[in-house]
Amino acid sequence: MADEIVLLSTWPSMFSMRVRVALAEKGLEYEYREEDLWNKSPLLLKMNPVHKKIPVLIHNGKPICESMIIVEYIDEVWNHKSPLLPTDPYQRAEARFWADYVDKKLYDIGKKIIWSTKGEEQETGKKEFIECLKLLERELGDNPYFGGENFGFVDVSLVTFSCWFHTYESYGNFSIETECPKLIAWTKRCLEKESVSSSLADPHKIHDFASGMRKRFGIE
Amino acid sequence: MADEIMLLDWWSSMFGMRVRIALVEKGLKYESREEDLNNKSPLLLEMNPVHTKIPVLIHNGKPICESPIIVQYIDEVWKDKSPLLPADPYQRARARFWADYIDNKIFQLGGKIWTRKGEDREAAKKELMECLKILEGELGEKPYFGGENFGFVDVSLVTFSCWFYAYESCGNFSIEAECPKLIAWTKRCLQKSSVSSSLPDPLKIHDFVVQLRKKFGIE
Repeated sequence: MADEIVLLSTWPSMFSMRVRVALAEKGLEYEYREEDLWNKSPLLLKMNPVHKKIPVLIHNGKPICESMIIVEYIDEVWNHKSPLLPTDPYQRAEARFWADYVDKKLYDIGKKIIWSTKGEEQETGKKEFIECLKLLERELGDNPYFGGENFGFVDVSLVTFSCWFHTYESYGNFSIETECPKLIAWTKRCLEKESVSSSLADPHKIHDFASGMRKRFGIE
Repeated sequence: MADEIMLLDWWSSMFGMRVRIALVEKGLKYESREEDLNNKSPLLLEMNPVHTKIPVLIHNGKPICESPIIVQYIDEVWKDKSPLLPADPYQRARARFWADYIDNKIFQLGGKIWTRKGEDREAAKKELMECLKILEGELGEKPYFGGENFGFVDVSLVTFSCWFYAYESCGNFSIEAECPKLIAWTKRCLQKSSVSSSLPDPLKIHDFVVQLRKKFGIE
């Protein structure tokens, strides 16, 4: 019986994009539903009553929430193709650690750069953001991917932020490539993969979106 | 060759306790090292340079950090005994979801109850009770969050139970009054030696919190 897969998503969300990358890596067909976060659908509220957030994957009617939990689920169910997590328990723990680091740090620190009204907070945010990216760059080392020779779990968790880089750079007035050239080389390498290029939003559209939101909140 | 297992820990950490429980569930011997969080050891700084936090599990010299990640690691390496995560991918995703929910909510809210005053504290108390009620709802009529058997979500949450008395005392409320089934579940878990041997006495936690509140001038 064919799997029924629905993804509740919003197009600018780096968290939704992670799920799209994972689904594409596994060659899965699914129905994409764009949510309006100012007017959440009854389906979203029913499928994620606890957080009411996207992304939500609905697999044969059953919801899975939280992007990296969804990615791990996809990896376990469709385990015959493009494994995202390694098989060795220690390497799996390392992969989960770095995905957790990306989750704990990048989004919240990045927010300070884009949405702050105070210059000092923005400057601190920028500094912290660069430190995080540098740490990640060191972790990447000379490997083609965080997963080693193959694109993996940590790559999925981080690459979706890359389409927001232009927006961070624009509002923070800095260049990520200058600070972290190897990391930018890695994002370009990832974008050569169709699963990534087909899932990430256009950086200029993201910038327009952020600009629109800033105007809406009276920051711009 | 025998496994060398060391746990860098701190007696009152509900995160450290999770790892203790998992290790005992699997029947594992390990060396426990109490860290002084005001004077972190070179070993801790070497083994967890990114966060410099406990718990850190060191297995045959290699560090694993972040308590849910450590518990999953233990579950995967010593998979022949007392499985903590279910085998079914959907059930696993649900277990991870609820462990993540606990991580995002309970610590911060509980912390606000004993570190803040007035309106802040009242708001945190209200929100904490809402979260505990949601968790109680998720438990339902099952003996454990893991169903018939103690599992990943049980490990994640039960370690907060030794902090409940301190929260209740500072916030002047009763968790049992609002969530009797949840308290029944904590008592059920405490019947397991892996849990009772890993959690400190709630009175000791309470005294520790009282000391800290005096030290930081919180009343």
